[in-house]
Amino acid sequence: MINRIVVGAGYGLKDWIAQRATAVIMALYTVIIVMAVIIVAPGDFEAWRGIFACGPIKFATFIFFLSLFYHAWIGVRDIWMDYVKPVGVRLTLHVLTLVALVGYVGWIASILWRV
Amino acid sequence: MSQRTIHFKIYRYDPDKDAQPYMQDISVEVDSTDRKLLDALTKLKAKDDSIAYRRSCREGVCGSDAMNINGKNGLACLTDLEGLPQPVVLRPLPGLPVIRDLIVDMTQFFKQYHSIKPYLINNDPPPERERLQSPEDREELNGLYECILCACCSTSCPSFWWNPDKFVGPAGLLAAYRFIADTRDQATNERLDNLEDPYRLFRCHSIMNCVDVCPKGLNPTQAIGKIKDMMVKRMV
Repeated sequence: MINRIVVGAGYGLKDWIAQRATAVIMALYTVIIVMAVIIVAPGDFEAWRGIFACGPIKFATFIFFLSLFYHAWIGVRDIWMDYVKPVGVRLTLHVLTLVALVGYVGWIASILWRV
Repeated sequence: MSQRTIHFKIYRYDPDKDAQPYMQDISVEVDSTDRKLLDALTKLKAKDDSIAYRRSCREGVCGSDAMNINGKNGLACLTDLEGLPQPVVLRPLPGLPVIRDLIVDMTQFFKQYHSIKPYLINNDPPPERERLQSPEDREELNGLYECILCACCSTSCPSFWWNPDKFVGPAGLLAAYRFIADTRDQATNERLDNLEDPYRLFRCHSIMNCVDVCPKGLNPTQAIGKIKDMMVKRMV
């Protein structure tokens, strides 16, 4: 195959917006969780558990982690795109990154709903 | 006339003679009337004519004498000798193939520039005199049309170093916005389509090296931000 430079994948904008939106969500969650900890002032394990057993916090925490993983996907993919040139190696790394992140989603869900 | 000595450390490489590049220490006497770095380089060239660099207008209009001066890209003709730390370390623009000494091969840079179609696209029959714009519409082109394509910005951009074949680079994107912003241009959608790509536009992470080095004081990061804004407006 002739080695032509091809561009024009037609995506980029959605990821760019998503990266910013997820960053805002993570910042908001940080404020919420810091406030919750200040208000509850947990002294023991049960009090800490109480914070995360509360429905809205559970919801917010799950959304926070989803945002973190999506944010990480875009960031890590950017690193592979910049530094890894062979297409096969890059595709493998993309898939491995996705597999790890999807696994983390399941893991965090099981942790949160065990509380 | 009082004279002073300027000490240089210059990147030298002649592919016909040298196995690899090296840094040469060299000094030159300059007069008090020699105000800019290019004046000193002219004296240096008279002393050792094997030193190669590009130059033309010597007043910051042609953009030929862009080089890496003490670690920062700039034009030799606009850089004051006064206060310039010595030895003055001169290297070619980073990230582009070196042809000889301070001369780089700018093919890749211009390829990216041409890829954004840097000309007005308007399919209406040309009017008798000229295509008019309101003063407000014309105002938007200020800070865009002044680019002299010296490549100081693109060659200071890490994203351009890593992907010069795919990322348009700050100079090309500034020019792209110059035509996207032009109310006389009719290809706005095609231009945005052409840039909506993870490599061509979105390699820019707004680190603003381009703004830091632009010898004309332009702001490619802001232009890139405006392109992204227009894409968002179009999508949402």
